[in-house]
Amino acid sequence: MFDFHKNHKLLVITSFLGFAILSTVIAVFPALQLQKVQPLPGMKEMSSEELKGLQVYVSENCMACHTQQVRNIEMDHVWGQRPSLASDYYYSKQRQDLWRQSPSLLGSERTGPDLTEVGKRQPGKEWHLLHLFNPRIVVKESVMPSYPWLFEEKSPAMVTQKDVIVPVPGELLKKPDHKLVAKKEALELVAYLQSLVQTNLGEDLSPDFIPSTRRKSEYPIGNTNLGLDGLQLYTETCSACHQPNGEGIAGAFPPLVGSKIVNDPDPNILVQIILSGYDARPEFGVMPGFADLLTDEEISAIATHERQSWGNQAPDVTPRQVAEIRKFILNQ
Amino acid sequence: MKRTILSTLVLFFPFRETFAQTVPNPEINQWWSSPGIIGTALLIAVVSFVAILIIGSRLSAFIQGLQNHSEKREKEELKSQLVNWEEEDLDWVLEKRKAAKKYRLTGTELSGREISGDQRGLIAKVTQDPENPLVDEKKQETLRLETPEPLRNLMVWYLGAAVFWLVFGTLVGQYVGMKFIWPEMDQSSWLSFGRLRPVHTNTVFWGWASMAMVGLGYFVMSRTSNTRIYSYSLAKTAWYLMNLTVVLGNLLLMNGVNNGGGEYREYIWPVALLFAAGLILTFYNFYKTVANRKISEIYISNWYLLGGLIWTITLVVLGYIPTFQDGLGETVIQGYYMHQGVGMWFMTFTLGLIYYYLPTSLNKPIYSYSLGVLAFWTQMLFYTLIGTHHFVFSPLPWWLQTVAIVFSAGMFIPVLSGTTNFLMTMKGSWSAISKSYVLPFFLVGIVFYFVGSTQGSLQAFRLTNFIWHFTDFNVAHSHMTMYGIITFILWACIYAIMPKVTGKEPSGLGVGIHFWLAFVGLFAYMISLMAGGTFRGLSWIEGESFINSVILMQPYWVWRAIGGSLMFVSHLVFGYNFLQMNRCEKITKSHTSPAISSVHA
Repeated sequence: MFDFHKNHKLLVITSFLGFAILSTVIAVFPALQLQKVQPLPGMKEMSSEELKGLQVYVSENCMACHTQQVRNIEMDHVWGQRPSLASDYYYSKQRQDLWRQSPSLLGSERTGPDLTEVGKRQPGKEWHLLHLFNPRIVVKESVMPSYPWLFEEKSPAMVTQKDVIVPVPGELLKKPDHKLVAKKEALELVAYLQSLVQTNLGEDLSPDFIPSTRRKSEYPIGNTNLGLDGLQLYTETCSACHQPNGEGIAGAFPPLVGSKIVNDPDPNILVQIILSGYDARPEFGVMPGFADLLTDEEISAIATHERQSWGNQAPDVTPRQVAEIRKFILNQ
Repeated sequence: MKRTILSTLVLFFPFRETFAQTVPNPEINQWWSSPGIIGTALLIAVVSFVAILIIGSRLSAFIQGLQNHSEKREKEELKSQLVNWEEEDLDWVLEKRKAAKKYRLTGTELSGREISGDQRGLIAKVTQDPENPLVDEKKQETLRLETPEPLRNLMVWYLGAAVFWLVFGTLVGQYVGMKFIWPEMDQSSWLSFGRLRPVHTNTVFWGWASMAMVGLGYFVMSRTSNTRIYSYSLAKTAWYLMNLTVVLGNLLLMNGVNNGGGEYREYIWPVALLFAAGLILTFYNFYKTVANRKISEIYISNWYLLGGLIWTITLVVLGYIPTFQDGLGETVIQGYYMHQGVGMWFMTFTLGLIYYYLPTSLNKPIYSYSLGVLAFWTQMLFYTLIGTHHFVFSPLPWWLQTVAIVFSAGMFIPVLSGTTNFLMTMKGSWSAISKSYVLPFFLVGIVFYFVGSTQGSLQAFRLTNFIWHFTDFNVAHSHMTMYGIITFILWACIYAIMPKVTGKEPSGLGVGIHFWLAFVGLFAYMISLMAGGTFRGLSWIEGESFINSVILMQPYWVWRAIGGSLMFVSHLVFGYNFLQMNRCEKITKSHTSPAISSVHA
């Protein structure tokens, strides 16, 4: 009966059926199950601009180097507040159009950082545009490709009111006297990237909060900075704009070296800016506030690092000082 | 039955439950000594080594015992015969034996005592030294298989296209690898990393490996079924369809038209449809050929070839059906698709090729037909279930991840049976390896089949996922398998069959250069990315800032590019060798045969 070695029909049909049944169990069935997933409460639908940005993201195949999944292991906590859920992908992983399927956003390589919460981590539009035009302007060691075709050079006379000008140093342009203007695709892509934030589920609804070794907000407020590494926190949070050497980027992000605010013996304004952001000087990009992202200990470590590096000389900032300023801002 | 068990599993694990398990970072200070990656691998190696030693010594003791027994009996028999002999007979035998022992060769038995000369001026050069004192001279292929003209043309078409895609695809790969060192190499959108990476992978998958496999498969089909190929024109049509797929798909990718970025699924469906059509035609052609076979049994190779084709057709169809691919449904299918693409197509089909080309190169039968059958069914059972191991710790259902990890370990069964089968076939012919230009490729391919597959299973474990997942270790693994296994085996098959079919041989030196450049290049590539990937993973676990892990990779990326360059150069040499095997003039034949006949005349 099972003479597979003599009956080619039986052999082919059996191997086909075996594979088809196994495939149904292991792939089709769970995939169908996952079609019933609903969006999270409070989750925002993607705007049409963000959706177009997602298509740029797919067509440039950003997924080759960037994941968008926070795994439920502790080492992934740096990329998000909680492990990713199937519902997180409700709006982004839909079929794109007749020709193209739902994008493979989860990815399998982290040559570059995970982007699940890049909208929170890098909120500034100027930063994104500079970074897309040439990543090495803002991150010297980056190996990410440049995307100059998402921008165009225009002579100053041709620039219109609607154009978004990217503050690129003139020597990086083909014609130094021209202005660099972001094309529609670049703006859409940035809009998509800025929309990437995990939906907050609140403490009780969140699936298992990952215990972290680095975020120790439950520590009592004291006068020391608990040995937190100011340099590392600065590298992770601030150096993308203000640069590892504190020099900033002319025309985009102000320098911290020799800055009056940073070197002020009274850290009040510095800490206020870190907490609630800054948009007073038109020649520079907007700085977002970090009150929700950083603890008092972390802010004190970062501020102390900034005040005592690159030739800056100003006294320590203690977590207690930060806590007081935070309270002051809240009461305003 | 299985299905119901799994579906009850799903019912018992409601959606939110899949995240109930939170896994803290492992203690990385002892990652190598704890039940860690290298530890596991070493233990298994030690255990299997000991097991082999024990089994070997037991077996040899047993065989020794049997031999002693029969020798003893023979001696007894001889003794009883001698006692019964006449004295004269005995003397006569002894005298004869004495004379035989005294006989010595004079050294002129064959040449005679005449003085030799070259009156016709035929000898161009006389040397006492072998041509190459460093390595064994490779044996020439003297066997010519009479191949029908259309089949030979078909193979040249398929293999020729494959060689072209290998050179093109790895040129792209090499270029993309260099971008890790010089990200500003160009400013063109068509050549940017994200767009070129899938061009590299899809070209070597659907261009190089697939074309070569199908081309080599046609010969196996026809030969082992003892009949002609059902339809040459269908084969030609499939050739056009599959090549068109790669051309169109690559152009679209470079133009920014990407199906969704899922690996090996980057071609949009109208393009993939062409490939599927090519596969279906090929399957039909193969199936009909087997159906018309002139012998009653289906040779084991053909099991793998037919299985590989029918499975892959199913896979491509499921991979592109949109019904269940929104949200994470796409991710489930992606894990399934990319793993089965490798396992059910490349691995299955290539195994089928080994079952024919390895024994014919050694001129002996395969060690065990049954092991081949066992490997066939277990390949289907285990390989199909393990796709999700590409998404361990992801938001995919936990049971799916667990099934994938468990059955990844089950992959040891087909891998071990295959490796055993091939090595036992080669056993006893080890000395032939240094004299053949085909067997070294087979040996490397088979060893990598064991090492690469086993390493892949270990990589699927949860602990190893901590360190290696998302790093360049994955890239090293895929090159170890797609290159170390598939590509090396395909080269072995091409070098084994082309000279027999066309009557033209490549130069031993050329094949040697090809082999060593590819082999050393692969090692440089693999080791650098494995080391770099491990350090990168450890850096992430330790919570260093991300950019540090980019900086630490730089030297490893340089070594990868060096390894990649060696590999690419070896492909150029391979291309040259391939042309040598298909050259048109018949210098060798017309030059030697009259000379030989005049000597004998």
